[in-house]
Amino acid sequence: MSDVNARIGKPWRKPPLVQRRWLRVLLLVGFIAYLIAAFLTIEVNWSRVYAGLERGQKFVLAFANPDFTSRSSDIWEGMLESIIMTVAASVVGIGISIPIALGAARNVAPLPVYLICRAIIAISRALQEIIVAILLVAIFGFGPLAGFLTLSFATIGFLSKLLAEDIESMDRVQAEAIKASGARWTQWINYGVQPQVMPRLIGLSMYRLDINFRESAILGLVGAGGIGATLNTAFDRYEYDTAAAILLIIIVIVMALEYLSGVIRARVQ
Amino acid sequence: MPVQDLKGQKVWQRRTGRESLFHWVLWLTGVAVFAYCWQQISASTTWFFVWDAPRIASDIWTRATPPRWEYITQLGKPIWDTLNIATLGTIISLILAVPVAFLAARNTTPSALFVRPIALLIIVSTRSINSLIWALLLIAIIGPGVFAGVVAIAIRSIGFCAKLLYEAIEEIDETQVEAITATGASRWQVMAYGIVPQILPAFAGIAVFRWDINIRESTVLGLVGAGGIGLQLSSSLNVLAWPQVALILLVILAAVVISEWVSAKVRGAII
Repeated sequence: MSDVNARIGKPWRKPPLVQRRWLRVLLLVGFIAYLIAAFLTIEVNWSRVYAGLERGQKFVLAFANPDFTSRSSDIWEGMLESIIMTVAASVVGIGISIPIALGAARNVAPLPVYLICRAIIAISRALQEIIVAILLVAIFGFGPLAGFLTLSFATIGFLSKLLAEDIESMDRVQAEAIKASGARWTQWINYGVQPQVMPRLIGLSMYRLDINFRESAILGLVGAGGIGATLNTAFDRYEYDTAAAILLIIIVIVMALEYLSGVIRARVQ
Repeated sequence: MPVQDLKGQKVWQRRTGRESLFHWVLWLTGVAVFAYCWQQISASTTWFFVWDAPRIASDIWTRATPPRWEYITQLGKPIWDTLNIATLGTIISLILAVPVAFLAARNTTPSALFVRPIALLIIVSTRSINSLIWALLLIAIIGPGVFAGVVAIAIRSIGFCAKLLYEAIEEIDETQVEAITATGASRWQVMAYGIVPQILPAFAGIAVFRWDINIRESTVLGLVGAGGIGLQLSSSLNVLAWPQVALILLVILAAVVISEWVSAKVRGAII
């Protein structure tokens, strides 16, 4: 505050977010130019939008009056398949992720193993579920097996990366104490490393279970089993009350899973 | 410490008898549930196709390679559409997410009893439905095209952005807010000068993070007809033009990697 005398008497002004003036102007102009370009290239058929609003209103009303009964057997089968896929894929995915996470932690694994495991994680994270599902459906045929494999594959990238980061930031002292007692490598992992990362592993697993369920709802769109196929049919036939019922069930299950994972995470931590 | 007496010699045990029984029951239920799930999946699988899978996979691989590089000239517009869907969708969702976040945060909500549950319901319901499903729904309502994709991405992102933002608002430093209040500032001034500066870094981080996710999601929205490069992907898949599919997948992969790199750089610069 060297120029305090110059500032006296003048009202305070909020300092700008970007300090350099030319950069600020450039960012603003570029942003506005982009917005104009984007709006000009989007072709919106407003009369179609207007005509659809009535249908939109019908859909919103359908949420107030969802139809659980008339397609209840389809909904039940689809939901059960989604849940089965979710559970099986989470179990297998978590089972495969743990060794890969150990391999992808620099303080546990040697360099070649580390690079291989990191490459697996990168591949799994770069490919979206739905694209993997399309390819796996083409290879393995329609049905929940393709969905199960897709979700397992996606789980590996997510869980291994976060678990590996947790292993890398663990407390070395505890692990070294186990090693000093003459433990073998497996014993070292089991008694030195595992207890430290277990709370995080459980939390992440619950979170991934939640994500897998949400993803399993769309895999049916490409024929990989689950509730998605029923939902797609309901939309195609403009049966909004059935679609609303399915969406409500998804929301309720996700809320329940989130609550459950909150309780479990609070208990293990 | 659980200790077992083995012929007069004390042996350390990890768990007491009751604990290990509990663990054993837990594992047994887990294995039983998994076995049931696997049996159901197996029952609805045509195993002949699975045994045939390696041959099919290598067949698709030979059809898909080399990618049809000339086709890239037709991908310029779809890529631009994809970028627009992600960016405009993110901007709209942020505009909508800010008020929801303020209504949902425990320290800024006008009414914890009535308004907060509604805001939380908006957050949960928009978050738990995938953008592809939103796109399906919006296509039925406002017709196929880029606009449906933008709105789908916008709605889907509200929950995510609002959730992270309201957690940031709940973690603010109350003393700064109190200092602004002590100067006699109105409710809105307290928000603008006491709360907003504290959550601005988090806000920028969330925006870029969500933009990165939205680029990923918008590449596949076209599969259901909501514009972008996914439209090309689905039409190529429908005519079994595997070399084109290979090229499109490579382009999508590149877009995802670039957006992740940009988002990591920007977040690194902000935080």
